Amino acid sequence: MATSSYKVLPGPEHFLPPAAAAMGIRLPNPGEAHIHGEIVPEEKAMEVAAKQFLMAKVPTIFPGPLVLWAWNEKAAQKAKAVRHLFETIKECVTPSQRPMLIPMPDYRPKYPKINPEIEINPNHPNLTIWHNKIDTCMFVGVHCHQANLSLKIIRGGTSCYTIAMCAQAGHEDAMLSFRDATAEKILKLAEWIKKLKGTVGPSQ
Amino acid sequence: MSLERIKIAPELYDIMPPEYQDLVQRATYGKESRGWKDIGTTKELIEEHSLCAGCPESMAFRYILASLPNPEDTVMVGSTGCTSLVFPHVAVHNIHSLFGNQNAVASGLKRALALRFPGRIKDVVVLAGDGATVDIGLDMTLQSWFRQEKFTTICFDNELYANTGGQESGLMQKGFVAKMAPVGKTFEKVRLPEIARESGCHYVVNCTVSKPNLVEKVVKNAVYVAREIGPTYIQFYTPCILEIGKNSMEGLQEMRDAEKPNERFAYKEYVSDAAKELLAEIAAKEKERKAAAKKQLAGQNA
Repeated sequence: MATSSYKVLPGPEHFLPPAAAAMGIRLPNPGEAHIHGEIVPEEKAMEVAAKQFLMAKVPTIFPGPLVLWAWNEKAAQKAKAVRHLFETIKECVTPSQRPMLIPMPDYRPKYPKINPEIEINPNHPNLTIWHNKIDTCMFVGVHCHQANLSLKIIRGGTSCYTIAMCAQAGHEDAMLSFRDATAEKILKLAEWIKKLKGTVGPSQ
Repeated sequence: MSLERIKIAPELYDIMPPEYQDLVQRATYGKESRGWKDIGTTKELIEEHSLCAGCPESMAFRYILASLPNPEDTVMVGSTGCTSLVFPHVAVHNIHSLFGNQNAVASGLKRALALRFPGRIKDVVVLAGDGATVDIGLDMTLQSWFRQEKFTTICFDNELYANTGGQESGLMQKGFVAKMAPVGKTFEKVRLPEIARESGCHYVVNCTVSKPNLVEKVVKNAVYVAREIGPTYIQFYTPCILEIGKNSMEGLQEMRDAEKPNERFAYKEYVSDAAKELLAEIAAKEKERKAAAKKQLAGQNA
């Protein structure tokens, strides 16, 4: 398959960035991930994602309804893993960094406004990112169609680095995407962050 | 019954916004006696709305939500209009349909729910303005009644297209001059309650929302009858205070004036024989339940 010359990079790209899929970016196969649209082994993506969290001024996790609500045992396990990942990031970053854990509890287009300090809404995720000056974020437990929408808006209007911990086939519109996410995979990312602690830090 | 259905993952509970925490701790779901008196006690019953200050529609919305007998198993179908600004705040499943299509969408939905969840009560309630119900969606509204679809249609009648600046609607009263209808309405207000009765609705009510007790009773009756027998229709007067030149605090008085005898929203009710029988049965059971609860309370206090 021909490789696309298009790169999924932090924006702001413009108001209507093209869907990465339409630009020839393809999804990884099981055991793989993609970084900026390039297919890489999952281990490589773990390392890059861990570094991104360690280098970010405001590394943030956005858990969606699929992990926020304990609708089955797997979801409950993933929620535990997400919390562990967040605590690990907090332990491993320097005092100047400000890790955040901001929920996306559902997808209602909230009027007249959302409170960007306590939640993110898929219809205007840029508000939460701008308000909190988030420079790296990870989506986990967000339904694919809403994640695609949000990732595109973020790429269009912000310079935030996006990571998708997707339970299905991954997301072209994220700068880095895992696939087939499980609680174990989230814990593994936490291990990578621990392993790389102190090797990289936030840019000044 | 259903607070058990929604649980936040304990590890992430602390980061959830307060309205979701309130929803899983104190929602009125499953409470047999839920009603308008619960308003103000839980965030789920529209703690904040995005309508104009003093809007009677916001009152109506709250009363209706508090009165639904089975909110966790109810799907509301809305249409374009001011109501669509409130639905995002509502903790009940809802669908925003294409303008005027609400009764067609509700028909399919009700049938699909009956197939997908046999043996489980699933209520469908349409909530739309007068433009969607009587003008743009009249075909869909009437056809659903002709087909005897088992759901409730509620029309918020503000007698014009308020959301778009005051155009004439079929339910506008004759002679009324609106901002974007300067000539004045030249024909009579469409008599939809009568049309509903003739089209096969088993329970039809025309009233204002000035009395929460009455709204609660009417909504519950309409849902019960739709569930068991066939289509039901409620037409609530929810005046748009902005478009009729009133102030925020004048909505209630406007409704009281409009419901006086011989006025256009004087209480009007039609109940088919089958519906009468059903409602009498339900009332008897309710009486029994209240007597038992009273007895139990007396036993506890003794």
